[in-house]
Amino acid sequence: MEKTTLTDPRNASSTLPSNRRDWILRGFRDGFPICMGYFAVSFALGIEAKRVGLTAFQSFLMSTGMVASAGEFAALMLIASRAGVFEMISTCLVVNLRYFLMSCSLSQKLSPATKTIHRFGIAYCITDEIFGLSSAVPGWLEPFYTYAITLVSVAGWSGGTVLGVLVGNILPAAAVNALSVSLYGMFLAIIIPPAKHDPFIGGLVAVSMAVSFLFALLPLTRGISSGFKVILLTVLIAGAAAVIRPVDEA
Amino acid sequence: MTDNIYISLLIMCLTVYMIRLLPLLFLRKPIRSRFFRSFLYYVPYVTLAVMTFPAIVTATDHLGSGIAALIVGLVVAWINGDLFVVAISCCATVFLTGLFL
Repeated sequence: MEKTTLTDPRNASSTLPSNRRDWILRGFRDGFPICMGYFAVSFALGIEAKRVGLTAFQSFLMSTGMVASAGEFAALMLIASRAGVFEMISTCLVVNLRYFLMSCSLSQKLSPATKTIHRFGIAYCITDEIFGLSSAVPGWLEPFYTYAITLVSVAGWSGGTVLGVLVGNILPAAAVNALSVSLYGMFLAIIIPPAKHDPFIGGLVAVSMAVSFLFALLPLTRGISSGFKVILLTVLIAGAAAVIRPVDEA
Repeated sequence: MTDNIYISLLIMCLTVYMIRLLPLLFLRKPIRSRFFRSFLYYVPYVTLAVMTFPAIVTATDHLGSGIAALIVGLVVAWINGDLFVVAISCCATVFLTGLFL
């Protein structure tokens, strides 16, 4: 997704905002499509939250506090399986590890003049899409641009989650059934485009799915909790990939 | 075991926030280790692939709907790649196949 925002014609044709106010307005505008996308996905997340037993308020706290699609999906899985503290922390670490890398990357986008308080603020805003827009800005990043995008996006994200909990059960079963795959669709949208451009990543995705499938079938591994399965397979397969084909540029 | 949902949420929210905060706060230079950099680069693909399959197939009432959603999701993501479009296509597939199954 970062790739598409980098080549977004809007970014190339329009002039860069020159002051904070214009950056904020630009952030609201750029955040709107993200808000729409988040709403549909988080609605399904809300339905899942309800199924796991969360109230609307708890799901609001979760979505506003975490702002992470795969991360919240994993969180619900952990709550449902009554996971222990160690499993919660380690699963959250692994599932959200990509934000670590994005945080590393964004740390280079902040001007030395940017106050430290903004490092705390920007940290909250790191999602695949907001990171993509923020890192596509030429030169130093104006933190308020990212805040504006985040405000609009999180409104859609948290609002969708809460509505999913509240009216998810009013929807006919067929619609709920249909929405239950939207998160997976979103995951596919994150992993498949890079797989198309890089056959090694394509192979990596295929191997990951195959091993995950085997783990679900084999009697010895099917008892492993889904959380630990994600940690185990990620560390093993991503570790192997890093040995087989190290990345040149970060 | 953690039975209190608020405590669980707090632990997980703090963990996720720390992951995002610590590099921004302490890392002012690029990561040196080539292995660690490569590992981090591959993490999202493996994690999301493992979480998607086989779970997408068993997420709906009918195995057939799940398989159809997977295939449509793969094809649409390959052609278009837009988050919203792919997610909606998968949902529509499950809804439409559900009418016949």
